[in-house]
Amino acid sequence: MPRLNDQTRYWMLVLPALAIMVIFYILPVLGIWEISFTEPATGFGNYVKMTESNAVKTSFILTFRVAAITTVGCLLLGYIVAYAISNFVSRLTPLMMALVLLPFWVSVLIRSFSWIILLGRSGLVNDTLRDIGLISSPLRLMHNELGVLIAMIHVMLPFAVLPMLANMRGISRSYTDAARGLGASEWTAFRSVYFPQTLPGVFSGALLVFVLSLGFFVTPALLGGGRVLMISEYITYQIQEFLAWGLGSALSVALLVATALVLLIAARFVNLKSALLERN
Amino acid sequence: MKTSPFRIFFNTGAWAVLAFLLLPLLVVIPISLTDTSYIGLPKQHLSLQHYENYFSSAEWLGATWTSIWIGVAVAIAATVLGTAFSIGCWLISNRASTIARWVLIVPILVPPVVQSLGFYRFWVKLDLIDTYFGVILAHTLLALPYVSISVFTALANLDRRITQAARSLGASVWQTVISVIIPAIRPGMLTGGIFAFIVSFDEIVGVLFLTVRTVNTLPKQIWEGIQESIDPTIAAVATFLVVLSLIATAAVSLRKKTA
Repeated sequence: MPRLNDQTRYWMLVLPALAIMVIFYILPVLGIWEISFTEPATGFGNYVKMTESNAVKTSFILTFRVAAITTVGCLLLGYIVAYAISNFVSRLTPLMMALVLLPFWVSVLIRSFSWIILLGRSGLVNDTLRDIGLISSPLRLMHNELGVLIAMIHVMLPFAVLPMLANMRGISRSYTDAARGLGASEWTAFRSVYFPQTLPGVFSGALLVFVLSLGFFVTPALLGGGRVLMISEYITYQIQEFLAWGLGSALSVALLVATALVLLIAARFVNLKSALLERN
Repeated sequence: MKTSPFRIFFNTGAWAVLAFLLLPLLVVIPISLTDTSYIGLPKQHLSLQHYENYFSSAEWLGATWTSIWIGVAVAIAATVLGTAFSIGCWLISNRASTIARWVLIVPILVPPVVQSLGFYRFWVKLDLIDTYFGVILAHTLLALPYVSISVFTALANLDRRITQAARSLGASVWQTVISVIIPAIRPGMLTGGIFAFIVSFDEIVGVLFLTVRTVNTLPKQIWEGIQESIDPTIAAVATFLVVLSLIATAAVSLRKKTA
């Protein structure tokens, strides 16, 4: 009998946070499904409109493209950093680690603002290139996909580095050493012995970056200047400009479903529990 | 150690990437010291006019203060709720508690715009739009995943036999939680609380949906500043925040080194 009593007490610790989360978060988010079927009229009207609209299609394709390129960019750059931090021992390793973590302390808004300063028509990059005579008219570095991608990769990079680092820390050097001892070149040992062991970390990093990029709003909205309408910005546009709550909600549902599908597919390659629940 | 093209590639590559991470953050510093009234490098001399502008603007100072105290309120609320939650889940440790932990991290995965839409509709019904409480509640929900993850990480390192010993020596559940578990996981709680503060302090999308005129936070002020006219005052504020982050990062990595 006291055992049951204990369990009840434990649940009393869990309940306040869980109840608030369900009532004020989960239910409102589920409420979006209801809006998508009831406003302005009951039925599938919003979904029909959504599938027929070319603008929506363009926006979804753009969103997936930007998220995919961001993910690949972050993985390539992040892998190099993670590799150097976990394999080359030097006095500077703590500094490298600190530089990876630094962006987490600076808000996405400030980081995007920095890129606006750098990439704008009369931004620092254009001004410098003009002053040294490399270009005569400013390059278009912002208010297009290029600007959004540069800033997105910058914002998302730490999310790719950290899971890869966690994975590389657990890899024993002896395998690569053995390969080297048996005559493999440094490059071969890396490619056929080390790299395959890092794939779980690469996949978790990819998942995190891709999922976060799909729903990203701030950076695309600021660097895209209304010309790179990723789905999140498209939703706010529908709601703020046209008060089209029904369509906006249907798009939100589509984005949620897309995110859930990505997670479901990822679950085959990534241990979601260790990637999300046991993250540091 | 001998150098090889392979090592040189990874080493210089890593430093190049780290420079890409750091340098863009630093550009706000020269911009904030510009003597021009627009965003640009200083022309004739360095000037502190944009800092003066910040310190004499009731709007900027008010927004900063609002963000700070909302952040503190969120950190306290999320740390208390999230710590109790994680300790409960850790003590239960069955399928149901794992599901509860999944439920609590949902806000990390839902796109910001989608959750803000949900908040907005519900907050209208509850009459919470443009209220401080409404923003604190929304931010607490967004911060809970981070608190529960960091507290749970701390709990994972705690030996279960210690709590069992406390219980078998006659301590009640509450006594065990208060005098055995909480002292052991304090670092995790502190990390969680700092995370919660940062989540709230930086949050923008929810605030854009949930506030009108009464509540003005620092991110909202910066957002509107960027949208309307790019005023170098933003660069002055950004410089403060970047310098604070540099100090925080240095402090954390120094503490790790000594620990």
